[in-house]
Amino acid sequence: MPAEIYHHTLANGMTLLAERMEHVGSAALNFLVPAGCVYDPPDRPGVASILSDLIIRGAGERDSRELMLALDNLGLDRDESVGSMHTRFWGATLARSLPAGLEIYADILRRPHLPDDEMDAVKALALQDLQSIEDEPRQKVLIELRRRHYPPPLGQDRRGTREGIESTTAGDVRHFYQRLFGPAGTILSVAGNIEWEPLRDQVERLFGDWQGGDEPELKLGPQPPGQEHITKETTQTQIGIAYPSVPVGDPDYYAAQGAVNVLSGGMSARLFTEVREKRGLCYAVWASYQTFKDRASVLCYAGTTNERAQETLDVTLGELKRLKEGIAPEEVERVQAGLKSSLIMQQESTSARAGSLASDWYYLGRVRSFDEIEAEINTLSPEKIVGHLHRCPPQDFTIVTLGPKPLKLNDE
Amino acid sequence: MPFHSHVLANGLQIIGETSPSARSVALGFFVRTGARDETPEVSGVTHFLEHMVFKGTPRRTALDVNRDFDRIGAHYNAFTSEENTVFYAAILPEYLPQAVDILADILRPSLRDDDFEMEKNVIIEEIGMYEDQPMWSAYDQAKRAYFADHPLANSILGTVESIRGLRREQMHEYFSRRYVAPNITVVAAGHFDWNDLVKLVDERCGRWNTGPIGRFGIRETHGSGTFKVITKDKVTQEHVFIVSPGPPADSPLRYAADTLALAVGDDSGSRLYWALVDPGLADSADCSFHDYEGTGSFYVSMSCEPARTEQNLQTVLGVLRDVQQKGITEEELQQAKSKIGSRVVRGSERPMGRMQAIGMAWTYLHQYRTVEDELKAFDAVTLDSIREVRQRYPIDHVTTLALGPLPKLHTPAGNGRSK
Repeated sequence: MPAEIYHHTLANGMTLLAERMEHVGSAALNFLVPAGCVYDPPDRPGVASILSDLIIRGAGERDSRELMLALDNLGLDRDESVGSMHTRFWGATLARSLPAGLEIYADILRRPHLPDDEMDAVKALALQDLQSIEDEPRQKVLIELRRRHYPPPLGQDRRGTREGIESTTAGDVRHFYQRLFGPAGTILSVAGNIEWEPLRDQVERLFGDWQGGDEPELKLGPQPPGQEHITKETTQTQIGIAYPSVPVGDPDYYAAQGAVNVLSGGMSARLFTEVREKRGLCYAVWASYQTFKDRASVLCYAGTTNERAQETLDVTLGELKRLKEGIAPEEVERVQAGLKSSLIMQQESTSARAGSLASDWYYLGRVRSFDEIEAEINTLSPEKIVGHLHRCPPQDFTIVTLGPKPLKLNDE
Repeated sequence: MPFHSHVLANGLQIIGETSPSARSVALGFFVRTGARDETPEVSGVTHFLEHMVFKGTPRRTALDVNRDFDRIGAHYNAFTSEENTVFYAAILPEYLPQAVDILADILRPSLRDDDFEMEKNVIIEEIGMYEDQPMWSAYDQAKRAYFADHPLANSILGTVESIRGLRREQMHEYFSRRYVAPNITVVAAGHFDWNDLVKLVDERCGRWNTGPIGRFGIRETHGSGTFKVITKDKVTQEHVFIVSPGPPADSPLRYAADTLALAVGDDSGSRLYWALVDPGLADSADCSFHDYEGTGSFYVSMSCEPARTEQNLQTVLGVLRDVQQKGITEEELQQAKSKIGSRVVRGSERPMGRMQAIGMAWTYLHQYRTVEDELKAFDAVTLDSIREVRQRYPIDHVTTLALGPLPKLHTPAGNGRSK
């Protein structure tokens, strides 16, 4: 059944997308504001994250407590998170409470108080957030992997640095807000049991006269060196591997997805089978695809006891390099079944749909239909995926390990 | 939504809730066995057996199991808790026969020797992974400290030693005793035909062994009341769990207990949030209610900079004491109820959420609970029912465990006692 997808661009450049899902009782909303951590001033890494916390501590007519109470009374579960390119505001609740929720979000995005007297608390939380990564070795290795895989500031982590957080003032945060929060580049997507016309009219009323915000520019620094070991006394050694792929919108995009899924699309996929099932080297091993507008990567992870870390790294790299030598038709059939079932099951989740609408719009400037994606999945074949792997083979690996001892890299 | 139930001749229970507007169907095999049903010699066997179930049968190798699931695009996995082992898959409706075939087949595993030895490595890796996550270690240790000599203290993963020492025959003995037909419920939710499901399950599971079922040591506990510090130099933050008693899974008070936990420690707008997280004193401070067969407990978890731990602990105990003595306000109650209402509705919108919910309700209550039943039950919570929870299960009667760099912590006045 064709989905009812709606789109409206406001005169100030803000985008509204919606999908009506009439079998559900809830609705999810998702704002992408182009204020990700890549735009943190170089001497203030962490500002975007500080803003994402400070921004909900009072807005419009409400102070911090009243604001949270108002959101809670709507039964609205929410999350504010900072990614590389965007600050994301997500919320989900009963469909009938959505309009009241949008009124509050208009205050948060447009009329935040950003109060001075909350800065100490927000900075203390940001510092603890940064510190707590030391107790999460799996996250830590992936953060360090991204930092070394992309030219700065693309791989920068949202948590910033101790110095950056400590030296940030309320003035810095307000400046960041004024520079980056505005209608241009902001995408609001809504999915659930909603009525399009009242929604569009409400969003026009709430955001139609919003002004400000620059189209931010990004200057990339030099590519950092690709290999690093972080010494830490842990039970397991953490292994992160990254290599270049093609971004969304590239003619090879679906083939690239196919390749990642041959590696890691299910429990019969290659990494799980070779590293865990056949050799018992680890509990967790996976590969996933990550994209920016102009570049993309495959990120791989494995965590294993220290004695078996070298073998885990060797076997994992071996699988990555072997991929372009050939893929069986049966492997592609399984990948297709997995992708199709995910595509269909996504139709049951308001949050997943709201997220997809916004990310399609950001990367492609349009929303892909179910039929389009299904047709692309159907065209996958061993030849198509191997063809892509010859054009863009897994190589030039960035490798970060974390554990008591460094591992050897057998360059051939 | 239509509900159906049927018991096979061998005692295996099948339940299902059909929803024609769903795009998928979720299928689960609930085995009523968990870490609490283990003896110390076989610590970790339930969870290890859950892994071995995926390692094949006379009809399928381990690789075949994974391939057959992936071939139908299934989203599948399993989990082991203190009381249940659940195997599940979400699939498109047309693949129901294959999904029943695979799940039913793997629940009669071969437990082959070489797979058994290989999988020990994976379990030991899993133990290592959790060891490197102090929040998880602290949770496991806190449960152990609180439940002490109660079977719920048993570790789900076991230890490296208990896993290394486990023999295949021991697992086989446990399997033969616990995976009997009357101890298993097959649960489906979403888009499927009930009669087809019963037929498929009967064909595949109708000849499974029957046998006595049950569980030892079902009793209520209010916890040991101990205060324990585990020092780990390499950990950065201090991770603290404060555990107190609550009603069991079949108690009508569980709705009030859930609501109380939310008011005390939801991740936004709760008592603990305003006392510790909003002012930046702790990076997390949550309260959740866990119910089990025969007993229940509230878990407060908190992590913060080591130097702040003592002060924060006083604050948590202050909040709990205040709630114990004065309860919560009508405003807090309404706020908690709106959050719960929205979560119940959203959690029920996907077949996987419904399958888990009706499966658990059946496991603990032998009852079908609709979404409306659940919403009504939460709506009926009053300050009076919350008072009853507090009277019977003092939330300030705490067992405390801290794990992190601190060499010691001053035991706060009132730990373990309720005034």
